[in-house]
Amino acid sequence: MGDMVALAGQTLLSPMILFFVLGLAAALARSDLSFPEAIAKGMSLYLLFAIGFKGGAGVAAHGVDAGLVATLLAGVVLSAALPFLAFALLGLLTRLSATDRAAVAAHYGSISIVTFVTASAVLESRGIPFEGYMVAVAAAMEAPAILSALWLVARVAPPGDRAGAAEPGLWREILLNGSIVLLVGAFAIGWTTGADGLAEIDAFITAPFKGVLCLFLLDMGLVAGRGLRAARGVLAPGVLAFGLAMPLLGAGAGLATGLALGLSAGGAALLMVLCASASYIAVPAAMRVALPEANPALYLTLALGVTFPFNLTLGIPLYIGIAGALAAGG
Amino acid sequence: MRMHAAKRVEIVIEAVMETRLTEALERAGVTGYTVLPVSGGGGRSGRWSREGQVGRATGMVAVVCLVRPARLDALLEAAFTVVDRHMGVVCVTDAQVLRAERF
Repeated sequence: MGDMVALAGQTLLSPMILFFVLGLAAALARSDLSFPEAIAKGMSLYLLFAIGFKGGAGVAAHGVDAGLVATLLAGVVLSAALPFLAFALLGLLTRLSATDRAAVAAHYGSISIVTFVTASAVLESRGIPFEGYMVAVAAAMEAPAILSALWLVARVAPPGDRAGAAEPGLWREILLNGSIVLLVGAFAIGWTTGADGLAEIDAFITAPFKGVLCLFLLDMGLVAGRGLRAARGVLAPGVLAFGLAMPLLGAGAGLATGLALGLSAGGAALLMVLCASASYIAVPAAMRVALPEANPALYLTLALGVTFPFNLTLGIPLYIGIAGALAAGG
Repeated sequence: MRMHAAKRVEIVIEAVMETRLTEALERAGVTGYTVLPVSGGGGRSGRWSREGQVGRATGMVAVVCLVRPARLDALLEAAFTVVDRHMGVVCVTDAQVLRAERF
């Protein structure tokens, strides 16, 4: 227990998380600190490229085993199942419409790749190894939740809100969105070129990685803080409670699955992070196309203003600490 | 210099719907339009800004078309099929253009 608390404390004080807190505090204090959109996008592309490539190179170094396939499948099932839990929990805690509940649920079944990247960097800083294929699991968990949410809408929402799933081009946009293509593509190239490929670009993707991540998280803190400031009216107590409880329930599901699969402590922590996090890049865009009747201020504020900061500041240290205490090699 | 009457249609719509809108306009025979970035704003759904954003969910774009008055209804019908369920603004103003054959 003492080790778990110490590890959580160290993680909380890592530069990545402190820069996020700085951004959050600056935005809440109405500082004019800001990043141009193009720079934020450039940094996110770099991070996806680097994490994907390193994950692929990791798989090349350690080989493919049944664990990869089982974890990928488990990730898809978790992503598809968690929206049902989120939908039911929102029904208990809030009076939101079925369409809003389904839209929020899609975000919580899908994943936040930035939370995943941050947790990976924290694990590396602490010298805790994890399975390289967790990057592929992250990519596989992006889309199934959207399918579940649209199914929920088709079952329970008013007829006027049900047209979204048939929107032409929607599934191509979801499955081929830029983040997924870059992450999976870099993973495949890293896997194909292995240690030799990694050695060729190591100086670019390893040494600057954490510095870029610090800057990116500073920006994400600013975005989250601005979102929180602008959307106070959206956060009824029940909605806020959902934004804090759902990550813990998701993390619990991820932990149970990670333990059942026999993942390492680092791998189990990452699966907890994936299940606990909420998408704020891919799913919001899909929801705007498929469910325009759902309130974007609600799901963006919850995902980016409540759950993302919670996971970055308290969640990641907690998940790493618990996984370290319970999982194999912990 | 002789000027010709035209209609200027400005549609501010969510960035995720940009391609759907421009494709609908092209299908309706609108061959010329300009897409402008919108850096921020506010409305019924609250304030928003492009600063620091990495996703397209909160962004808006402005699509501007200049057409002959006779083609306005076809353009608006095409645009409405896309913007009907989405947040945004459609605005039509009178304009004058120099080279009528281009519109």
